[in-house]
Amino acid sequence: MTVVGIDCGAKNVKALILEEDKILAKSSVLSGFDQKAAAQEALDLVLKDASLKKEDLAHITATGTGKEEVGFSLGTITEVGANAKAINSLFPSVRTVIDVGAEEGRAIKINDKGKVIDFAINEKCAAGAGTFTETMARALEIKLEEMGSLSLKSQKAVPMNAQCAVFAESEVVSLIHAKHAKEDIVRAVHDAIADRIASMVRKIGIEKDVALVGGVARNIGFVDSLKRDLNLDLLIPDDPEFSCALGAAFAAAEKAKGG
Amino acid sequence: MEKEYWRWPESRWTSSDIDWKTGDIISAGVDVGSVSSQAVVLVDGELFCYSNYRTGSDSPESAQKVMDKALEETDLTLEKIHHTVGTGYGRVNVPFANRAITEIACHARGANFMYGPSVRTILDMGGQDCKAIHCDEKGKVTNFLMNDKCAAGTGRGMEVFADLLSIPIEEMGKLSFKVEKEPEPVSSTCVIFAKSEAVGLLRKGWPKEKVLAAYSSAMAHRVVELLERIKVEKDFAVTGGIAKNEGVVKRIESELKIEALEPQHDTQIAGALGAALFAKALVEKERGLR
Repeated sequence: MTVVGIDCGAKNVKALILEEDKILAKSSVLSGFDQKAAAQEALDLVLKDASLKKEDLAHITATGTGKEEVGFSLGTITEVGANAKAINSLFPSVRTVIDVGAEEGRAIKINDKGKVIDFAINEKCAAGAGTFTETMARALEIKLEEMGSLSLKSQKAVPMNAQCAVFAESEVVSLIHAKHAKEDIVRAVHDAIADRIASMVRKIGIEKDVALVGGVARNIGFVDSLKRDLNLDLLIPDDPEFSCALGAAFAAAEKAKGG
Repeated sequence: MEKEYWRWPESRWTSSDIDWKTGDIISAGVDVGSVSSQAVVLVDGELFCYSNYRTGSDSPESAQKVMDKALEETDLTLEKIHHTVGTGYGRVNVPFANRAITEIACHARGANFMYGPSVRTILDMGGQDCKAIHCDEKGKVTNFLMNDKCAAGTGRGMEVFADLLSIPIEEMGKLSFKVEKEPEPVSSTCVIFAKSEAVGLLRKGWPKEKVLAAYSSAMAHRVVELLERIKVEKDFAVTGGIAKNEGVVKRIESELKIEALEPQHDTQIAGALGAALFAKALVEKERGLR
């Protein structure tokens, strides 16, 4: 049985084809200003990659902030629920899932069956989401992908006072003018966002093991800061930004089986 | 060079009917804010001259510059000023100040002078913060609430939109009313997210005036939430840079159903004016007059 999970995020739409427990293909497309079109493109890409047709699919489940925009989906699941399913399957020992996406941060507490016990979401403020690091990368005139490795070279902790991304942008500019090393400023940026995420996680209580998913989990500088802040190790799947799409695919499979 | 739409006009002013030489007490206040700085000079408690300039990266330098600008077209010099009080975010960095007083106290005192003793609630909308202040008939602070964590509801947020929409900041208020019908406010609180939302609306074909109206009402709503937590008592006055933006002020008034008092002077000088009034009181105290 073949199903598709599609995660319509604020920044990217991710689609994933699952055949039983095997991932056949994955795709990621920029959401842009037409999530509907981006979702269609993401679906077309995975189908092409797996040499399948839409008719071959038993079910399609959508998740993500734009899940209602996905015209072709047969069902939806919340991002919290999708993450819980995916992580319970990948890492059964995990009880706390941290998901940091472009515009949202989430902390989810799950039981051994992958059932959601509690969760907290930040969706109001860029300071607790990937957009924060992206804005700062622009102010520092470096590529987003370079932020992680640069940050690990930092020798000195520079304090950042601003919480708001708009104010932090001005602060980063003053730090550059004050001749602070770029790597130290980048580390300060990662410490700042990690601090916000950590306080959100503490709200629901931290229970080990802890997994980190979402696109920002690819940023090794942020991961380092978050580990330091929480003082524990984090389990990160291979393609952390596909966690939600994988969970949606699991949900699609359950539906197709008549669940 | 690209046009900088966020750049607000700097200014200075001198009274035409005061001769400082006949004055008994010459006092000054300098407000070094995160975005703008002001200097005010009083002669026996009357407004003699003031200036309003952008804050640079160096606070002491900005304080010196704004004071020089205030004195520029007068023959008064810094040495002739009896007492100077510094206030604002960079208040401890005013090299020529005799002491520093918090901006909350100075704003209330300044608004009391500008708007008269009937003012009970002051909304100060600055570059990087927004304060709601309660004061008594003497301009003494009785309570206050402040947002300095988030750019939503501050001048900086409006500057971001001036750039995004390519509208000079001083025209934003008027232009925000050039809509047939008031649109729904922008739904994002965060300025960064509101910006992406606005780009989406522009792509959908919204004229920029309509996007501006949607942002102005979202900003007004955000500020009203702060005001409602402290409860607005009449009379109500708005100070700071955003007080010059009728698009925000009128929307705050209509949501609160309270009219704000008409400003008498540059609304950005309230803090420096209050500081100058404190400086005058300090001179009087020194001379044993109080």
